[in-house]
Amino acid sequence: MQFIKRFSQNYGAVLGLIILAAIVFLAVAAPLLYPGNPWKTVGMPLLRPLQDAKFLLGTDMLGRDIAAGIAHGAKVSLLIGVVSTLVAVLIGVTIGAVAGFYGGRVDDILMRFTEFFQIIPTFAMAVVLVAIFSPNFISITLAIAVVSWPSVARLVRAEFLSLRQREFVQAAVVIGQSGPRIILTQILPNAVSPIIVTASLMVATAILTESALSFLGLGDRNMMSWGFMIGAARTMLREAWWMSFFPGFAILLAVLAINLIGEGINDVMNPHLRGRKQ
Amino acid sequence: MLNFTLQRIGKAFVVIVGVIILNFLLIKLAPGDPAAILAGEAGSGDPQFVENLRRQFGLDQPVPVQLWNYLSGVLTGDLGFSYRNQVPVLDLILQRLPATLLLTGAAFVFSLATGMLFGVLAARHRGTVLDSMITTLALIFYATPLFWIALMSVLLFSINLGWLPPFDMETIGAGYTGWRRVLDIAHHLILPTVTLGLFYTAIYTRLTRASMLEVMGLDFVKTARAKGVPGQRIIRRHVLRNAVLPVFTFASMQAGQLVGGAILTETVFAWPGIGRLMFDALMQRDYPVLLGVFLITAIVVVVVNFITDLLYRVVDPRIGIS
Repeated sequence: MQFIKRFSQNYGAVLGLIILAAIVFLAVAAPLLYPGNPWKTVGMPLLRPLQDAKFLLGTDMLGRDIAAGIAHGAKVSLLIGVVSTLVAVLIGVTIGAVAGFYGGRVDDILMRFTEFFQIIPTFAMAVVLVAIFSPNFISITLAIAVVSWPSVARLVRAEFLSLRQREFVQAAVVIGQSGPRIILTQILPNAVSPIIVTASLMVATAILTESALSFLGLGDRNMMSWGFMIGAARTMLREAWWMSFFPGFAILLAVLAINLIGEGINDVMNPHLRGRKQ
Repeated sequence: MLNFTLQRIGKAFVVIVGVIILNFLLIKLAPGDPAAILAGEAGSGDPQFVENLRRQFGLDQPVPVQLWNYLSGVLTGDLGFSYRNQVPVLDLILQRLPATLLLTGAAFVFSLATGMLFGVLAARHRGTVLDSMITTLALIFYATPLFWIALMSVLLFSINLGWLPPFDMETIGAGYTGWRRVLDIAHHLILPTVTLGLFYTAIYTRLTRASMLEVMGLDFVKTARAKGVPGQRIIRRHVLRNAVLPVFTFASMQAGQLVGGAILTETVFAWPGIGRLMFDALMQRDYPVLLGVFLITAIVVVVVNFITDLLYRVVDPRIGIS
C-alpha cells in the first residue's frame, strides 16, 4: 500500500504506467482490433493518414495497414523486452552473486569474464549473434540477454560484497547454512530492490535494441515488429513519411513509459535519494 | 608511472587476446560453410572448387590450428585476407577507420559538450521552467531510437528544408581540395554527428544535473557562498570540478558503445566507416573482415580506457597511481 501511495505521487511514473497500460492493451487486443495477418495487403498502397477512415495511420507501399502493424508489433517489442531482461537478470544475478559471495579467485575469474563482454560494443555483439544464429525470436532474445547481463552482474556483485560483511550473514554462516542457501535466502532478498530498478530500465533498452536489430533486417521474419516497419520504410522516406514516423513514435512512447516507471520505482525504493529531486 | 603503464599494457594485451579467441570461436559456431557460400555465389557447386577455396583460406584445418594461425598472424600485423575483396583485411579497415573515428569522435565531443552544458544549466536553475524543459527533452531523447531520429532529421533537414546533405561523407565527384573539402565534409558530418550524439547528450545531461545537485548540497559549497564567492565562480570552480567525475567515468565506458551505434548511423547515412564495413562483412559471411573489425574496436576501446585512466589523475588529483 505504502508502495502504491508513494508511486502515485510521482506524476511521471503514473503517466508512464498509463502509456504502458495502453500499449499492453493494444498488444493483447491486436487480434481483435486488427484481425488477420498484418503482413497482408488490405487497401490501396501509400494512403496518407486519415485519407481513408479505415486506415487511421495510412498504408505502406504494399497496401498494408500501418496501424495494424503497430498493434501487432507491440506484442513482439514487449515480449522480447521482458523475456530478454529476465534471462539477462538470471545470468547476471547468478554470476554476480557467486563472484560477490565467494570472492577471491572465483571473483577474479568471473569479473575478468564479465570485462570481456564489456569491451566488445554491445550492439555490434548483438548484431553478430543474431546474424550467426539466424534471426528468430529465441536468438534475438538470447542475443540481447547476452549483451546486457554484465551490468547486472557488476551491480549484484557490489551489493553482495557489502552485504556479505553484515552480521545476519555471519550469523547464518555460524549456524552452518550452506553457501547457496545463504545466497538465496539471506542476501538475495536484501539486494532485490536495486535489481528491480535496473531490470525495469533494462526492458526499455532491450526494446530499443530489438527495434534497431529488426531495423537492420535482423528481426524475426514471422513477426511484425516496429523496427522492421521503419527499416522497410527507409527507401520510401521521401514519398511516405508516415510509414516510418508512426512505428518510431510507438517505440519512443513505449521506451519513455518504461523509463518513467523505472524512475518511479527507483524513487520509491531508494527514499534517501528523493531529496535531490525537489 | 612506468610500472603502472606496463601493468596496464599487460592487462590490455590479455583482454584483447581473450576477445579475439571469443570472437573466433563464436564465428566458428556459425552454421554454414563460407567456402560453400562463396562457391555458390560464384555459380559453381563443384566439390573440387569448394575444396580449393577451403584450402586457400585455411578452412580445411582443425579449428585449434586455425585459431593458432590467426593469432600468430595478428601478432605480426597480418589480419588475413578478405574472402570477398581479395585485399588484406588490415588495408580494408585502415581505409575505413578514419571515417568512423571522425564520426564517433565528433559525436563524443558533441554529446559531452552539450550534455554537460544542459546539465549545468538545469542544475543551476533547478525547479524553473528551463530545468523542466531540459529534463523533459533529455527524457525524450533518452527514449528515442537512434535510427529513427536519423531518418526523421533527414526528412526535416534534407528533404523538406534542403539545408543538409542526407548521405555520404562528401559531395561525390565535386573534386574539392584543401579547405573547401574540409568544409564539405564538415557539412556532411552535421546530421550523423547530431543523431548519433543526441542519445548520449541526454545521458550526460541527466548525469551532470544529478551530480551537480549532489555536490551543490555539500558543505564546502556553502562555505564558498558564505565567503561571498560569486555564483558563477562557485559553479565553475567548486561544483563542476567535483561533479564532473561520474560524467567522466561514464564517458570512458561509452567510447566503445559509440562504435556500436555507428553501425546504425553509418547505415542510414551511407557513411563509409567500419560500422558499415562490419555489417556488410557479416551479411556476406566475410569472417576475416568481421574478426578484424572486432579486434580494431577492442583495441580502440582499450586505448581509450587507458587514456581516461591517466586523465582521471588530472581531473581528480586525489586518485593516486597504483
